[in-house]
Amino acid sequence: MFHDNKANRLRKEILLRVARAFFTEQPDKSLNRIPLVMRPKRGESSRCCIYKDRVVLKYRTMAALGFSVENEVDELKPISAYYEEALKRDEPVKPVLTVIDDACSACVTSRYSATDACQGCLARSCESVCPKGAIEFQKGRARLDPEKCVNCGLCMKACPYRAIIRIPIPCEEACPVGAITKNETTGREVIDHTKCTYCGKCLRECPFAAISDLSQIVDVLKQLKAGNAVGMIAPSAIGQLPGTLPQLVSALEQVGFARVVEVAEGADETTRQESAEWAAKMSEGERFMTTSCCPAYIETVERHLPEIKPYVSDTPTPMAFTASNVRKLNPEAVTVFIGPCIAKRVEAAKNPDVDFVITFEELGAILVGAGIDVLECEEAALSTQVHSEGRGFAASGGVTAAVQALAPGNAALEPLIVDGIDRKAISRARTWATSSCSGNFVEMMSCEGGCISGPGTLGNPKIALRQLKDLLEKTPSLKAETVIDNQPPFTERPPSIYMEKI
Amino acid sequence: MKKVTVSICTGTTCYLMGAAHLLCIDEVLDPYVRDHVEARGAHCLGLCHNEANGRAPFVKVNDRVIADANLTLVLDAVREILEEEN
Ligand code: FES
Repeated sequence: MFHDNKANRLRKEILLRVARAFFTEQPDKSLNRIPLVMRPKRGESSRCCIYKDRVVLKYRTMAALGFSVENEVDELKPISAYYEEALKRDEPVKPVLTVIDDACSACVTSRYSATDACQGCLARSCESVCPKGAIEFQKGRARLDPEKCVNCGLCMKACPYRAIIRIPIPCEEACPVGAITKNETTGREVIDHTKCTYCGKCLRECPFAAISDLSQIVDVLKQLKAGNAVGMIAPSAIGQLPGTLPQLVSALEQVGFARVVEVAEGADETTRQESAEWAAKMSEGERFMTTSCCPAYIETVERHLPEIKPYVSDTPTPMAFTASNVRKLNPEAVTVFIGPCIAKRVEAAKNPDVDFVITFEELGAILVGAGIDVLECEEAALSTQVHSEGRGFAASGGVTAAVQALAPGNAALEPLIVDGIDRKAISRARTWATSSCSGNFVEMMSCEGGCISGPGTLGNPKIALRQLKDLLEKTPSLKAETVIDNQPPFTERPPSIYMEKI
Repeated sequence: MKKVTVSICTGTTCYLMGAAHLLCIDEVLDPYVRDHVEARGAHCLGLCHNEANGRAPFVKVNDRVIADANLTLVLDAVREILEEEN
């Protein structure tokens, strides 16, 4: 589920090298050398040769600068030229997941294969069960003819030795909405952007790290230099970098964020409004309501589950509340959401209050590039206005717990938690609209485990969950806020100490 | 018998490159080995500043440095040391 492997490390190394270059005297030089340094002469290559590796590394670096391979018109255009262009843009590029063509290994289409475990038995059930005559015997062993095989899988079921296996195409397998498929002529994968929900599962699962999203790291580095950036850290920040949350806040201030706010504060507000909304909807006779904070879920609804749309909560997300609050206090602020999520880039593109989105991976790269070690940072003061409900949004079940804690008439709340949106979850959701739903409050999380195991995380989800629980124990609950109904709305309340500094 | 010390660097560079996942090492040690190993997170080992040391994450098993560390490499080193010492 979470992935620490060579493909993933390679991706992070590129981000790090880009960030590092930014802080050097001559970024151009270091940037152009990235592919060479990473695949030196006479060194190892992961593909046919170091030269092909270098080409792929160049494309990866382009993605880290916010350009897709398709942007390449001239192969001789150096990385530094893309960098200059990146520095000139004022808005982040439109979020999109792309396949780096040259990195895609064009995994075999024939999904079934006979292994050495074949005993060449007398029964040969595989041969008799195959409707296409695709099984041949060579030297007494079964072999599948890929030209004839139609991937029905009957032979696999028939083999008493389990000698026939199904070879998945990892990205296609991971995609819950069938948005990534093979181009029949090239054999390479292509993403259908009308279907893609930006959940990031393919990006994580591809063993060749061939899928990339377009980073906003340079855009944010530039803003840090300009000095007007406000960092909005997602509740799932816990465990994503070493040290404590207060240390992380001071690391962010050191690297150039003018202010740092916890999105958990916005999540508190989402909790207040969503619980009230739920209670109101139930009294109006609605059957159920789903959460609205997971952007990959929202994209899934938009593109694949229109029937569920009327049931989705209208309450703004924690990021939306936080950003609007930051903007109210300082209209000039450049807002940067820092989270585990790449789908948030899509949400941000629709919300004028959010300027940039980076992941914890990208943040880590920025900090290391700037030579800041979180473990060596002082502890900054955190806002006292953040509650356990908001911070709890980070893990699966957290939103439910928060809403349950606050909802008027919450005894009637029957939670249903969808921990990870896969194909099954989507077809299940479809039936909620047409027939019945087994809960009246549905929490939808695209990532299994919730945000703490999102595609842009650095931490180990298990450890992060432990750290989150510890933090929640020390955080006051919203329930202590007396008579919630008498509270002025979030945006009209006096800003917290933290916000005040802006 | 002296315990083998495993220091997993959790400085920001190593953390970025995957150290967080190595912190779960206790879960993959078999019970016998676990009794002879002391694993802990460490502040920056100072190795990340020079590319000649190899790639992060770094782990020190007693005084052996492992670059581009993963659980297999760390476990191999632990086993080797245990065998040498016994
Ligand atoms: S962060 Fe691990 S050696 Fe410096």
